[in-house]
Amino acid sequence: MGQTIDIAEGLFVDSPIPALVGGRHRDTGQIMFPCPTGNALYEPVTLPSRGTLWSWTVQRYRPKTPPYAGPEEFTPFALGYVELPGAVIVEAPFVDVDFDDLRIGMEMETVLAPLNVDAQGRTIRTFAFAPVRED
Amino acid sequence: MADVFIVGIGIHPFGRTDRLSGLQQGAFAIREALKDAGLEWADMQFGFGGSDSSGNADTMINEMGLTGIPIINVRNGCATGGSSLIGAWQGIASGQFDLGVAFGFDKHPRGAFNAMPSEYSLPDWYGEAGMMVTTQFFAMKLQRYMAHHGISHETLGRVAQKAFDNGVHAPHAWRRSPVDLDTILNSQMISDPLTKYMFCSPAEGGVALILASAKKARELGRADIRIKAAVTRTRPPGSFEVFSPSLSIERGGAPTLLASAAAFEMAGIGPEDIDVAQLQDTESGAEIMHMAENGFCKDGEQEEWLAEGWSRIDGKLPINTDGGCLACGEPIGASGLRQVYENAVQLRGAGGGRQAPGTPRTAYTHVYGAPGISGVTILER
Repeated sequence: MGQTIDIAEGLFVDSPIPALVGGRHRDTGQIMFPCPTGNALYEPVTLPSRGTLWSWTVQRYRPKTPPYAGPEEFTPFALGYVELPGAVIVEAPFVDVDFDDLRIGMEMETVLAPLNVDAQGRTIRTFAFAPVRED
Repeated sequence: MADVFIVGIGIHPFGRTDRLSGLQQGAFAIREALKDAGLEWADMQFGFGGSDSSGNADTMINEMGLTGIPIINVRNGCATGGSSLIGAWQGIASGQFDLGVAFGFDKHPRGAFNAMPSEYSLPDWYGEAGMMVTTQFFAMKLQRYMAHHGISHETLGRVAQKAFDNGVHAPHAWRRSPVDLDTILNSQMISDPLTKYMFCSPAEGGVALILASAKKARELGRADIRIKAAVTRTRPPGSFEVFSPSLSIERGGAPTLLASAAAFEMAGIGPEDIDVAQLQDTESGAEIMHMAENGFCKDGEQEEWLAEGWSRIDGKLPINTDGGCLACGEPIGASGLRQVYENAVQLRGAGGGRQAPGTPRTAYTHVYGAPGISGVTILER
C-alpha cells in the first residue's frame, strides 16, 4: 500500500466523516468553496457532509491534459453540483453511481476517492460526492 | 441620441479558411462592407474592432491602408463584437464622426476551447479533477432547466435541426446541409443531455459593419437600418456561470436578463414587437433558455414553440435565421457581429431562401459568454 497525498491542502477533512471545508465571510455570513486563501475576511468552516443533487452531467470524453490529471485510460464519469443545506452549492465529480439513477433532488454525501497515481507512485486523493445508501 | 444607420455590411464566410489569418478574414469583411456601402477605406474616419485570439484589431491598417485614423482595440470575450458596435455607434451618435467601421474576426484552433485554471483565477486542482471543461457547464445549466420546466430531449434536437435547415440557405454558414432529427438525437453523447450535433464548434471568420450619421446615410441612399439599442451587461450576484467551484444558495439573476431589459428600455419597445431574432446558441439548450431570458416566451413554453415550429423561418418569431452558432461555428470576436449582419440582411429583405416573410421591421441580437457577460442589439428599419 503506497503513500496517499491530497490533491490540495485545506479542501476537506476525513474525520469524523469526510466533509469539505468552505470559507464563511465574517461580515455577511455567506459561504463559498473553497475557502479563499490569504483573505482575512473569510474563516474556514466545515460544511455539511450530506446534501441534495442540484444538477449533473456526464463527462463522456477525456478532458485535455493539462489541466486534467486523471488516468490515461479514461472512463466516463458523472459530476455535478450538490446543495449542502444552509451552506453552499458545491461542484465535484461523482463516484459509485449508476448514470441512469441520477435525479435532481436525490441525497448525496461527501466522500474521498482516488483520482490517479502520481509519478512517485503515490495515490492522489480528491473529494467527490456519492449517492447516500441507507444500509 | 442622434440616429445612427448601418450603411454597409460584409462578412467572410465562417468555418475553416487555412490560407487566411483571422485578421485577413476581417479585412475581407471590411472590403465587402465598403463595397456594399459604395465607399473606400479612405472614407473611414475611425474604427472599433477586436478578436479574442487573432491579435490586435489596430493592425488592420496594414491590410487596409495607412490613413492615420484611430482604431480602438476591443477585447471583451463573447461581447467583443457588441462592444465594438457600441463604441462605433457612440462615436457617431455623439456627433464626433460621420462614418466609421465596427469589425470583428477570429481564428481558433480545432477542437473544444482548452482553458487553464490559472487564466480564470482558479486553483489547479479544479482542472486536475476534470472540471475545467466548458461543455459541462452548459449541460448542467440545461439539465436543471429541463427538469424544472419540462423540456424534452427531442426539443433540443429540434433546435439543432432548425439551425442546419437554415444554414443551408446562408452562404456564410459553415454547416450547409440538413441533419435529420434522429441523427441529431442519436449522435455521440458529449455531455449529457447534449449530443455532438447540439454543440457549436470554435471556428474562423470576420464581419464588418459600416456605420453612418443620418446626414451621411441619406447622401449614400442608405438611411434605412437604424440602431435602436446596443448594450452589454456583466453578471449580477447569484448567476450561474462557467467554471464555478461553488454557487451561492441564494440564487440570483443572469446577465442576459439585465442586458435584454436595458436594450428594450433603450429602444422603447418590447419582446412582442420583435420580428426576427438571433440568440446565442452555443448549444441547443442555450437557445431554449435564452428564448425565455430575453422575454420571447415563458419558461417551459419552448416545448410548444419548437413542436409547432414557431421559431422556424416561417414561424411567428424566426430565431437564428442563418443557423446561428450551431451552423456557423463560433469565432468569438466575430460572432456577435455576425448576428447583426444577419439582421441587416433580414431587414433589407435580402435573405433569399432564409428570408423571414412579411418584411421584418425590427430585429434583435443576443450574445452570452464567459465569464458571465451578455450583449444585446435592436435594429429597426
